[in-house]
Amino acid sequence: MSLLTPEPGLLFWMLISFGTVLFVLMKYGFPIILKMVEKRRTYIEESLLSARKAHEELATVKQTSEELLARTHQEQATILKETSLLRDQMMEKARNDARKEADKMIEEARKQIETEKEKALLSIREEAAILSLNLTEKILREKLGTKEAQLALIDRLLDEIDLAKS
Amino acid sequence: MHKFFTYCLLTVIGLFIISSPGYAASDTHAPEELNVKELILEHLADDYEWQIVSNGERHLAIPLPVILYSEASGWHLFSSARFQHGKSGYKNFHLASEGRYKGKIMETDPTGKESRPLDLSLTKNAASLLFSSLLLIVIVMTVARTMKRNPLKAGKGFVGMMEMFIMSIHDDVIKPSIGKDYERYAPYLLTVFFFIFTNNLLGLIPIFPGGANVTGNIAVTLVLATATFLIVNLTGTKEYYKDILWPDVPVWLKVPIPLMPVIEIVGTLTKPFALMIRLFANIMAGHSIVLGLTMLIFVTVSMGTAVNASMTVLSVIFTVFIDFVELLIAYIQAYVFTLLSAVFIGQARPEPRVKQKAALETNKPD
Repeated sequence: MSLLTPEPGLLFWMLISFGTVLFVLMKYGFPIILKMVEKRRTYIEESLLSARKAHEELATVKQTSEELLARTHQEQATILKETSLLRDQMMEKARNDARKEADKMIEEARKQIETEKEKALLSIREEAAILSLNLTEKILREKLGTKEAQLALIDRLLDEIDLAKS
Repeated sequence: MHKFFTYCLLTVIGLFIISSPGYAASDTHAPEELNVKELILEHLADDYEWQIVSNGERHLAIPLPVILYSEASGWHLFSSARFQHGKSGYKNFHLASEGRYKGKIMETDPTGKESRPLDLSLTKNAASLLFSSLLLIVIVMTVARTMKRNPLKAGKGFVGMMEMFIMSIHDDVIKPSIGKDYERYAPYLLTVFFFIFTNNLLGLIPIFPGGANVTGNIAVTLVLATATFLIVNLTGTKEYYKDILWPDVPVWLKVPIPLMPVIEIVGTLTKPFALMIRLFANIMAGHSIVLGLTMLIFVTVSMGTAVNASMTVLSVIFTVFIDFVELLIAYIQAYVFTLLSAVFIGQARPEPRVKQKAALETNKPD
C-alpha cells in the first residue's frame, strides 16, 4: 500500500525540481527553440519566394534584352538602308550638279568662242577692207595714171550707179 | 540490425558464463528462502541511500543526506550512512522494520512512543529527480543556445536530433490537439514530455545515475497530473465552465439534484487522476517485470544447475526483450501524458457555440 501513498518528502523535492525545470524551460528553453525554428521557417519561405521572384525577373530581363537586341538589329538594318539610299541620292545629285556645271562651262566657252570668232572675223574683215583699200589705192594709182583711164572709170562707175538706181 | 542482435545475445551469454557460477556459489552459502515479492517491492520503493551493488554482507552505496523535522527535537541533517544500511539507528531515529511505515525513518521519543517525523530527506528518487532535472535543463538550454547563436542554419548531430524530436512533439501532438492558441501551452507541454521521457529513460539504466523508479512513484506523477489539472482548469474558457456547471441536458437532470454538474465536476478530477495512475502504473509495472524476470535466476538456484542455467539464459533473453519494450513504453507514456494533457487543454477551450453551429451548417451541403 505504501506504493500508492505519496511521500511528503518526495513530493517536496518533486515540486522543487519540476518547478525549476518548468520555470527554466518555459522561460528560456522551449520558447527560444520554437521561435528559432519559426524564424528559420519564415526565412526559408522568404528565400524561396525571393528566389522565384529573381528567377522570374531574370526571365523578363532576358526577354527584354532579346527584344532590345532584335530591335537594335532592325534599327541597324534600317539605318544602313537609309544611309545607302542617302549616299545614292547624294551621288546622284553630285553627278547632276557636276554635269550642269560642266554644261554651263561648255556653253560659256562656246559663247566666248563665238564672240571671239565674230571679233576675229570683224578684225579680219577690217584688215581685208584696209588691205583691199590699200590694194585698190595702189592698183588705182597704177591704172589711173592716164587721163583716159580716169575718165573711163568715172564713166563705168556712173553707169553702175545708174544701174543700181534704176 | 541482425548483426546487432547477434552481438547482444553473444554478450549476454558471455556475461552469464562468467557470472552465474559466482552467484550460485554465494547463494548456496546462504540457503535462506528468497522472498521475491519483498525484494521487488523494496527495489520499487524509495530508499535513503543509492545502492550500487550488494553482495550479502558487503554493501556499496552512495549515502544521501537525511533531512528531518520533528516537533519534539527540531531539524536534523545527517548522512544516511549512519543507519548502516538499516542495521542501526542514529540518535532517536531508526528505520521501521515493519508496519505501515516499513523502511521509513521513525523517531522514538523518551517515553518510548514511535512517531513519524516530517521527512524531507534527499532520497534516491529525489536525488535522481534532481539529477535528471539538471540533465534536462543542460540539454535543452544547450540546444536553445546553439540555435540562438545560429538561427538560420539547421542543427547537426545531437542538436539537430533534439530539434527534430522537439518539433515532432510540437507539430504532431500539441498543435493538432489544442488547436487555436496552442503557442501558449507548447512550452509547458514540451517540458512535461521531456521531463517524463528523461526520467523514464534514466529509470531504465540499471547503474548509478539511473535506476531509480522515479516516474513509477505516485508522488511524482501526482505533481505532474496536478500541474496539468491546474493548467486545464485555470485557463478554461467561459463555455467550458458553462458545460460543467450548466450542461446542455434536460433541466430535471440539473434541478433540483445537480446530477450532471456533479458528474461533470467529478469528470474534471478523474481525467488528471487517470493521467497520474497511468504513468505511475505503467512505469512501475515495467520495473516490476524486469525485476521479476531477473529474480527468475535466483529463484531457480535451488532446483539444480541444469534448470538454473537454462532459466538464466531464458531470463536474460526475456529481460533484454522487456527492456526494449520498456524503451518503447518510456516514449509512449511520455507521449500519452503529453497528448492527453493537450487534449484536455483543447477541451477546456471549446469554440463558442455559435461558431460551432455555423460550422455544422456550412459542412452540411458537402
